Amino acid sequence: MLRNSIESLGRSMIGFTHTTGMMGVFLYQCLRQLLLPPHKLHAIIKQVYFIGSRSTIVIIFTGLFTGMVLALQGYHNLKDFGSTDLLGSAVGLGLIQELGPVLTALMVIGRAGSAICAEIGIMRHSEQIDALECMGIDPYRFLMVPKFIAALLSLPILTFLFDVIGILGGYLVGVQLMGVSEGSYFQGMYASVDWADVRLGFVKSMIFAILIVWIATFKGYFLHVLKSGGHGAEGVSRVTTDTVVLSSVIILASDYLIGSIML
Amino acid sequence: MQQKHSHIIKVSGLNSHYGERQILHDVNLDVREGEIMVIMGSSGSGKTTLLRTMLGLNKPSQGQVHLLGKEITSMPTRELYKIRQQFGVSFQGGALFSSMSVKENIQLPLREHTQLDQTTMDIMCRLKLEVVNLSGFEQLMPGELSGGMLKRVALARAIIMDPKLLFFDEPSAGLDPVVSAELDELIIRLKDAMNMTIVVVTHELESAFRIADRITVIDQGSVLITGSVDEVKNCDNERVQNLLNRRPRNEIIDADEYIKRLTGTQ
Repeated sequence: MLRNSIESLGRSMIGFTHTTGMMGVFLYQCLRQLLLPPHKLHAIIKQVYFIGSRSTIVIIFTGLFTGMVLALQGYHNLKDFGSTDLLGSAVGLGLIQELGPVLTALMVIGRAGSAICAEIGIMRHSEQIDALECMGIDPYRFLMVPKFIAALLSLPILTFLFDVIGILGGYLVGVQLMGVSEGSYFQGMYASVDWADVRLGFVKSMIFAILIVWIATFKGYFLHVLKSGGHGAEGVSRVTTDTVVLSSVIILASDYLIGSIML
Repeated sequence: MQQKHSHIIKVSGLNSHYGERQILHDVNLDVREGEIMVIMGSSGSGKTTLLRTMLGLNKPSQGQVHLLGKEITSMPTRELYKIRQQFGVSFQGGALFSSMSVKENIQLPLREHTQLDQTTMDIMCRLKLEVVNLSGFEQLMPGELSGGMLKRVALARAIIMDPKLLFFDEPSAGLDPVVSAELDELIIRLKDAMNMTIVVVTHELESAFRIADRITVIDQGSVLITGSVDEVKNCDNERVQNLLNRRPRNEIIDADEYIKRLTGTQ
């Protein structure tokens, strides 16, 4: 019994180390190709459209309601202390430092990360990746690099959009609904949010972009190798779920790490 | 020099494993320039593993594969990509990119490896579609094609760079006899017209006998015979005859081994 448990633990540790190593090598291959121009502009634009443009609506709605909820909660909490003038800075800092990058990343995982994983997984299953290799085309360069570049371009812009719409949502609830003065809302925000906060949000969105595409493409690419993958439709569905769960957890954990390093 | 290139593929002492399970056992094989070599075997015989190893997609646990005069099993990936530009592969299911039209699929190798202008690429694409009897289909998407058409588009993509060597995985699988015969004719025509060396992996006996210059029969990961169609037909090896006559394999089961297998006590 004890021996079985130890063996099982050992197997899990070996499996974990093996997968981590594979992920490291995979990321290295992708980043190496990323740093070797020229890149196909057409493929990048297509991915920017898929990852970025098609996420715009969901980001606008999420940003709007997040800002509105922040303002509503903030207003009631600050009112007890008679500090409703700080609402603008609370909404601004909360969105720019934390909620903007994190929620944007989570939305992109749900909308694009899962789709990227499924796309690559199906390509692996239907031998399309083998066909690429047999044509002498590097799949890292052909498939992964445009996705990495597009995510690196799209995530900061989507995060910026989320922040702006969120601030607008906070304005609608705080100023228009709750009666906080317009001047104190924007002045408080202007006084407390500085470039370091904007930079923090930007850095987070860039790191999240790499994490999302890394996990999604890795899971799809190694569908045939990863134990949880299996084969066929079930395998694709399982790695897609894994991608969403793993990416979400890693985004939240890395958000804490980046914050603790940069703040 | 001529002697050096007479064997366009040379496989020696090839052993391959999936995990602890051995798939290929000391496989030796050579493919001569300008011939159609059919690798034939039943399902699970190891022929696809052999094909994937010859393409450099699987790493063998032991042995060597010389392709166009170069040893590929220990070759760096970059060099492998270069050598792959000299051969074409048509996969069993076609492996066409579903987001690309027929034309885009066929032109992909040209787009990635050459600096040709669009007009030239369009002409080459139409030319290859003519070869596979699919002219006028370039704007269709793979989802709009039948099984036979998918295979022919995959073949057009495989020959777009005018390769010296063509690999064809299960050309007849899933096709009706007429379409299958058409594909066989196409393979023979390609060999004659373009002087290609063609390696076909199949389990279809009729198709194999129709197209092959030589046949390699593989069973349970071992090569049973390599020879001309007549040599294979007249071979007195029981396993070869079982395959040719579609006789089920009668495995002799050791009683103790059988009990162990059932109870899971290895």
